[in-house]
Amino acid sequence: MPYIPHSEKDIKEMLDTIGIESIDDLFDEIPKAIRAQGLDQVPTALSEMELGQLMSERAQLDDHNLCFIGAGAYEHHIPAAVWDITMRGEYLTAYTPYQAEASQGTLQTIYEFQSNIANLTGLYAANASLYDGASGVAEAVLMAIRGNRKAKTRKVLVAGTIHPRYRQVVHTIVESQNIEIIELPYNQQSGIMDPAILSDYEDDTYAALIIQHPNFFGNLEAVDVMTDWAHANNCLAVAVANPLSLSVLKPVSEWGENGVDIAVGDGQPLGVPMASGGPYYGYMACTQKLIRQMPGRIIGKTVDLDGKTGYTLTLQAREQHIRRAKATSNICTNQGLAVTASTIHMALMGAEGLTRVASASMKNTQKLVDLLTQIDDVELVFNSARFHEAVISLPVNAAAVLQALADNNILGGFNLNEHYPELGDAILICATEMRTERDIQKYHQTLQQILSVSEQA
Amino acid sequence: MSDIPSELKYSKEHEWVRIDDDGKAIVGITDHAQELLGDMVYVELPEVGDNVATEDETGVVESVKAASDIYAPVSGEIIEVNEELADEPENINSEPYESGWLYKLDLANEADLDELLTADEYAELIADE
Repeated sequence: MPYIPHSEKDIKEMLDTIGIESIDDLFDEIPKAIRAQGLDQVPTALSEMELGQLMSERAQLDDHNLCFIGAGAYEHHIPAAVWDITMRGEYLTAYTPYQAEASQGTLQTIYEFQSNIANLTGLYAANASLYDGASGVAEAVLMAIRGNRKAKTRKVLVAGTIHPRYRQVVHTIVESQNIEIIELPYNQQSGIMDPAILSDYEDDTYAALIIQHPNFFGNLEAVDVMTDWAHANNCLAVAVANPLSLSVLKPVSEWGENGVDIAVGDGQPLGVPMASGGPYYGYMACTQKLIRQMPGRIIGKTVDLDGKTGYTLTLQAREQHIRRAKATSNICTNQGLAVTASTIHMALMGAEGLTRVASASMKNTQKLVDLLTQIDDVELVFNSARFHEAVISLPVNAAAVLQALADNNILGGFNLNEHYPELGDAILICATEMRTERDIQKYHQTLQQILSVSEQA
Repeated sequence: MSDIPSELKYSKEHEWVRIDDDGKAIVGITDHAQELLGDMVYVELPEVGDNVATEDETGVVESVKAASDIYAPVSGEIIEVNEELADEPENINSEPYESGWLYKLDLANEADLDELLTADEYAELIADE
């Protein structure tokens, strides 16, 4: 059944009524040259059966692989109950409620989600979620510029240790808005930002300084010094943080003297499967002072006329129906289902469960690093304190090694060559709590084999 | 019937201007405007030191019903803003011409005042709406 209910006759009648010949005439106002000329790159539609077959074929490619890649998406254990509850009809069909207050269950879930994120970050308030971590950073840039009116600038400092794809998304989203992104170089010895370089930037003003911690390499940044530098220089401080790491690291509200102003990140590590890249969701939290600059919406808890607890849409200060043409956020829906799963995940794991997952992942990655660096010419690149990822260098072409590992059903890491060519044949590795002692040994043995073969060749 | 003090000047966008004893211009929104908007919940004010031209956006008033931009009725430099509105935006509803004032500016051009409406002209404007 086609999803467009209008028959040819219906369309003709409507066109006749408004006195035009064809649907195309409705778009006369748009110059021909800039109209979409068909979607050449999109293949023709498949039937449901064909699509099912294709997808199960593709899903099989992911099976039986041991994943040692992190780089923004992490394989963590998700208790079966999480998606069992999430897939209940009441949740599964509950898209952003348009008659919000009629959907008390959904509102309560979002309220609990916001409370959890506020707890993890230590910040005053969290919104009902964003699309993903990358667009979250872009939203934080826009929000910082709105929120830091004193600075009167559209320049933002971005650490070079922020996820390279996040930085690309930031450029894509903000560059047409007359915003200048200045990327700060990182220290190639330590794999973190060197706070001393910030003094080079004191002559100009910036709306914000954005720091990822743990950074893309898994290393811990000097967040206290950098946050204090930002505040001393009329910059807002923005944290990009894996929410799982916040269960073992101090909350971003305690960075430096006064804590950060805005925190964003990708919620995937909290109960969302990797699923070939998404959908994930982004979280965002901020101080009370900035709350009205926050995109999206906030659900609040209140009481009804009879004194019973109820949930309500409390704030949506930047959205279209409030600000019309002046809206600064088009996030009026949220990543509802992923957020629901995440909220249930956090409730099931509890603070202690999250801490244990984070600690086990740190330990496993350390084990992996210790073992792999026993192989000749495999070296740990940065010796900084880190969370659950590390960079190692290989004696031969990294892409070839990763391919050889993949041929042995091991996803051995993220090749850093594309984004950080200065590091040579270096890969970013991660062993979450899901990787067993045997998994780690298998990686070690296989890598040893591959490298000894390539040495002989 | 809205209160339209006769000694004030008015803009078509429903702002009022009062010239104080020092010759500074105080700006607010009219009784009529606050009636239309309803209960105020939030006010966003300009920064002290901002230089504004007539009809520049100088903030937002947000009520339970709508958010509405505030435009500068005259040009000049913002020299003071009504900080109390952050905690008591309802002052705009209760006393739009007194404690509900928004900001004070140093007039750049006295002649701007001549462009504004008198109380009678403003009364006529809103009667036509």
